[in-house]
Amino acid sequence: MKVAVVLFPGSNCEVDTKYAFDLLGCDTQIVWHKEDKIDADLIVLPGGFSYGDYLRTAAIAKFSPAMKAVVEHAKKGGYVLGICNGFQMLLELGLLPGAMRRNESMSFISKYQPLKVVANSNKFLSNLEVGEIVNIPVAHGEGNYFTDDKTLKEMYQNEQVLLKYCDEKGNDVNINGSIDSIAGICDKSKKIFGLMPHPERACEKILNSDDGLKMLKGLVW
Amino acid sequence: MKAVINIALKNGVLDPAGKATEHALSSLGFANVSNVRIGKQVVLDIDATDKEEAKKQLKTMCEELLANTVIEDFEIVL
Repeated sequence: MKVAVVLFPGSNCEVDTKYAFDLLGCDTQIVWHKEDKIDADLIVLPGGFSYGDYLRTAAIAKFSPAMKAVVEHAKKGGYVLGICNGFQMLLELGLLPGAMRRNESMSFISKYQPLKVVANSNKFLSNLEVGEIVNIPVAHGEGNYFTDDKTLKEMYQNEQVLLKYCDEKGNDVNINGSIDSIAGICDKSKKIFGLMPHPERACEKILNSDDGLKMLKGLVW
Repeated sequence: MKAVINIALKNGVLDPAGKATEHALSSLGFANVSNVRIGKQVVLDIDATDKEEAKKQLKTMCEELLANTVIEDFEIVL
């Protein structure tokens, strides 16, 4: 299976992401953002600070040539995963609904965080149970997810709300102000995924958790 | 001509920067301050002779790049 990780000026998680997919046996390439054609089964938009996050997070990345390839890939029914800054890109691009605001606390949050699986009727979380708790690091200053009530309702109906921040017992914990403590979502087709936490940073026990690898494995065939 | 674009979070969308600043102002003793909202301003020169045409272009710029219309409002001053 071919995985392409798109590298933007300012991305900083592309090597970790490649490492994770390589561990899962994928043929993983890091692709420079100037490429307007990408041949892959899964395109991953990694974390970081694309274009310095000037103007707004991910606002400028939307216009890079690689994004044309991402949109084409998505239109053909291909899989796309956006992690952290990549999630923000998918929102800016309109491939996922909603928008991202600054964390309510105004603080940059960097820590391991329990997450609760809300829906697993999608490939990404297919190896996990609904209600299962995974331990995945978060690292963001703008992870305060927002969408209007109507969209939120539709997303729940379509099982597009995938992950929520929680405590060890599974109770919702709102770490950044996100509506309904949402940490990750997908689109209606369940082929485009976005999440603020970093599964690629939790791929080996030596890193404290390999729950991230379990998540990413769902996307691999 | 010079254009000024003011971008701010929509009413009702929580503005954490505004809230933090409001708290800071309050702890400085300005207890009479409320509803602090922090936006951004983009100032640019646009080569155009027709004001309406320039406004149209600026509106497109705002909708496509400068503002995220899901959460932000913009105002164009020419």
